[in-house]
Amino acid sequence: MSTPKEPLGPTPAEDPLEPVEPQSAADVEVAGEQSRASVAELDGFGRRYLRDVMSSSSLLTLLAIVLAVLLGGVLIIATDPAVQEATGYFFARPSTFFAAAWDAASQAYLALFQGAIYDGQAATFTRAIRPITETLTIATPLILAGLSVGLAFRAGLFNIGGQGQVILGAVLATWIGFGLDLPPVVHLVLALVGGAVGGAFWAAIAGVLKARTGAHEVIVTIMLNNIAAYLVLWVVTTKLFAGGSSGTSKPVGENSRLPALLPEPFRLHLGFILALVLAAAVWWLMERSTLGFKLRAVGSNARAARTAGISVGAMTVLAMAIAGGLAGLAGASQVLGTEGYLTASVAGTIGFDAITVALLGRSKPLGTVLAGLLFGALAAGGRLMQTRTGTPLDLVLVLQSFIVLFIAAPPLVRTIWRLPKPGVRREKPSPTSTTPVTAGADA
Amino acid sequence: MRLELRGITKRFGTFTANDGIDMVVESGEIHAILGENGAGKSTLMNTLYGLYEPDAGQIVIDGEPVVFTGPGDAMRAGIGMVHQHFMLVPVFTVAENVVLGQEPVGKGLIDLKRARQIVRETSEMLGFEIDPDAKIEDLPVGVQQRVEIVKALSRNAKLLILDEPTAVLTPQETDELIEIMRRLAAAGTSILFITHKLREIRAVSDAITIIRLGQVVGSATPSATESELASLMVGRSVSLGVAKEPATTREDVLEVRNLVVRDTHGVPVVNDVSFTVAAGEILAVAGVQGNGQTELTEAILGIQKPASGSVVLRGEPLEGKGVRERLDSGLAYVPEDRSTDGVVGEFSIVENLVLDRIGAAPVSRGGALDMRFLRRNAHELVKEFDVRTTSVDRAVGTLSGGNQQKVVLARELSRPLSLLVASQPTRGVDVGSIEFLHDRIVSERDKGAAVVIVSTELDEVLALGDRIAVMCGGELVGIVPGGESRDVLGLMMTGIGPEEARERAAEHHTLLGEADLEAEAEAADAVPVAPTTPTTPPATGTVDDAPVEETR
Repeated sequence: MSTPKEPLGPTPAEDPLEPVEPQSAADVEVAGEQSRASVAELDGFGRRYLRDVMSSSSLLTLLAIVLAVLLGGVLIIATDPAVQEATGYFFARPSTFFAAAWDAASQAYLALFQGAIYDGQAATFTRAIRPITETLTIATPLILAGLSVGLAFRAGLFNIGGQGQVILGAVLATWIGFGLDLPPVVHLVLALVGGAVGGAFWAAIAGVLKARTGAHEVIVTIMLNNIAAYLVLWVVTTKLFAGGSSGTSKPVGENSRLPALLPEPFRLHLGFILALVLAAAVWWLMERSTLGFKLRAVGSNARAARTAGISVGAMTVLAMAIAGGLAGLAGASQVLGTEGYLTASVAGTIGFDAITVALLGRSKPLGTVLAGLLFGALAAGGRLMQTRTGTPLDLVLVLQSFIVLFIAAPPLVRTIWRLPKPGVRREKPSPTSTTPVTAGADA
Repeated sequence: MRLELRGITKRFGTFTANDGIDMVVESGEIHAILGENGAGKSTLMNTLYGLYEPDAGQIVIDGEPVVFTGPGDAMRAGIGMVHQHFMLVPVFTVAENVVLGQEPVGKGLIDLKRARQIVRETSEMLGFEIDPDAKIEDLPVGVQQRVEIVKALSRNAKLLILDEPTAVLTPQETDELIEIMRRLAAAGTSILFITHKLREIRAVSDAITIIRLGQVVGSATPSATESELASLMVGRSVSLGVAKEPATTREDVLEVRNLVVRDTHGVPVVNDVSFTVAAGEILAVAGVQGNGQTELTEAILGIQKPASGSVVLRGEPLEGKGVRERLDSGLAYVPEDRSTDGVVGEFSIVENLVLDRIGAAPVSRGGALDMRFLRRNAHELVKEFDVRTTSVDRAVGTLSGGNQQKVVLARELSRPLSLLVASQPTRGVDVGSIEFLHDRIVSERDKGAAVVIVSTELDEVLALGDRIAVMCGGELVGIVPGGESRDVLGLMMTGIGPEEARERAAEHHTLLGEADLEAEAEAADAVPVAPTTPTTPPATGTVDDAPVEETR
């Protein structure tokens, strides 16, 4: 079967991999048609594109990860000194080259695995299973902030402001953590709520500005990130916050700490369970609740939602606030769980990694949890890889970047793996549309 | 040009859009292709225009088989196409649009003088005048269509494909288009005319091919009656008119008083419009697309803020009330553009069927969706409104336009309502379902709802309206009783008041207006039958004087 071409508007040129058809007048006319696109429509295009990316199959995601790992392997081989040496006499003894190459790549990935999941070479059992707990610890804030980005996206908003929201959540949770003296449980709950409120407040600023004035949330949240970053630099030096060593706050009270799940020296704390519970909660919110239905309706087709009597402005503010709350909890879990005190770098790059995590997880809670775990594993494993095989930690960053690159370009992955193009079935109503199906048959 | 299609077959995956289509268009013939939405007309035309490659079959032009790999090939072979949605650059002039893609070049620049000359020569040949320097966006749709025709002919089209050309025209403009078509045919140009409107077909075509479910199901001559054509098109006998009793009106439900809506530039798009609609009647609002009807309905719903004037629902001014409150007070609303305003394409049928009932029982309980109610509701409505789908969980965006429209109507008619405002309620819906949906709308009227139908299709306006309001340029030209002649409505759509329109219409009937009169005469001759009995012979039968020939 020949590739069906789109009927009128969209020409094959839309697909970057499709061979460009001979220029015809019709193509030119279509280009003219597109020149009508207003800024709003361009924005719509961006949203549609991201939605396409988000809705591609999980198989594609898996293949993207495999591709990234393969390419990463090539990079490891290319930069490995032993391999470089073997290249010098490649033609004399090619087997040495291949052996060296295999050695470099497999050793590096083995170390990555050992650093992330289970280290069989460790002296003690505690040290052997420590990697997996580290992975979970690092994944915790990534999952929380990833849920934040994903939820906002499904409501039609790009929450680039995770970073700022994490910081605000951390600041407020810290303040409640050391500033109050309350009984166990109560103190912790209050500190967590404080973290959520901090993030929600910060994000709601962008939501209100968008709903009231149309200010684009991307620009506003980026700016709010900067403000938050400098704010926390100042906060940790204030009399109220400043603790013993410079650059850190007073430690939060014991009662406000997230309890450790395992005895010392493991760092894993209750925050991880909290993240899983919240992932389930977000699933329920989006799939089963009235509010989630409205949020999704606005995110998917704001005009239809408005026509159906759903307040788009209110949903925008709410979506940002809930998303901010989740990101705030990521900050709170860092302070109350992992760190115990506030530093200016409390957010690390969580807010930005979260965007990648949400993208990889396709904005769905389960996907986000899995993506968060993967990124946690890469981060944890990268350290051991560097110490054991000398492969630079930056490789982890490269791997992450490759994954995102491939996720962002589904046609590229499809072409490499020779998968069929999706959407053929979308071009025309399916044949079944001609035969009425009695309702209830699929109940 | 003599065009012959031999066994053209086009498949999309497992779906066969065209299945062995055979047809011949003689030189200088106006050949109509009649079929419902989704019957495969557009696929066939796109294949002929080189946009699709057929999976099987042959295109033969003047005895020579040809293969098109793109529209460029088709154009070089002398095939021109006027799409339903014009392919013009709005900010370019007529001349620039006409030469776009094959610009005459002189000294490295576009030779606009030559371009203007092309426009003048071609339009002169067709018997009308167009200012080559007018900007497209300033021209009415009827003229834009002519620009498209000029564009096609300036590329030496010997066969012109017109895709639903009358969808946007008034009866008078349609007349002018028919005149142009006849001139072209007389000059030897073949015309393929795609439509689902029966009346036009009989008025203009020399030969008719009827397509259903991707197959040619018959051919007919213009002497076939409308119901014969309709039953061939649908595959079963259909009654075309709506069987409705005269309205028994009660108290006024909707009152629109001196309503003014301005666009973002401050230009009034609804200008001082006043009317009332009573419980138990249908007010049909006629008018060419874009004459303020959209803004009028949006002001009633509350998503357009009126500059002045008021909308009163059952004695209560709606000013300051949000969409939610208006819907809750008994307003049902069918937006003009279902895909952007009516449904959320990514949502399932289940979800779309409760889109504007969300938040209240029985859809929501305690902040959660009542999934059992949602599913039951979906199964019931899908069955009742005959939404064709494999599953209620299918995303609405994957349904055909007609089925999407059924989802919207099913939703709106499934809750208690005192006022129904529906724009283009049956756009894109198959003929068989139009009948059903019209009946549903009439039954809402009979149950005591006030109904406002906005439609650009005069057939629909005439079928449903107990009274007909005509809008032009944002103003209400007048309100006339239902059953007013098509010619009068057509003239009113251009802004001519009812009295003058009646006088003028009496002097000159349009082709479609005449067809109406003939149809009435035919109906008067016919033996009166009970409304439920099909008045047409079954689709498989042959007709006495055999104007319809069954091929399958």
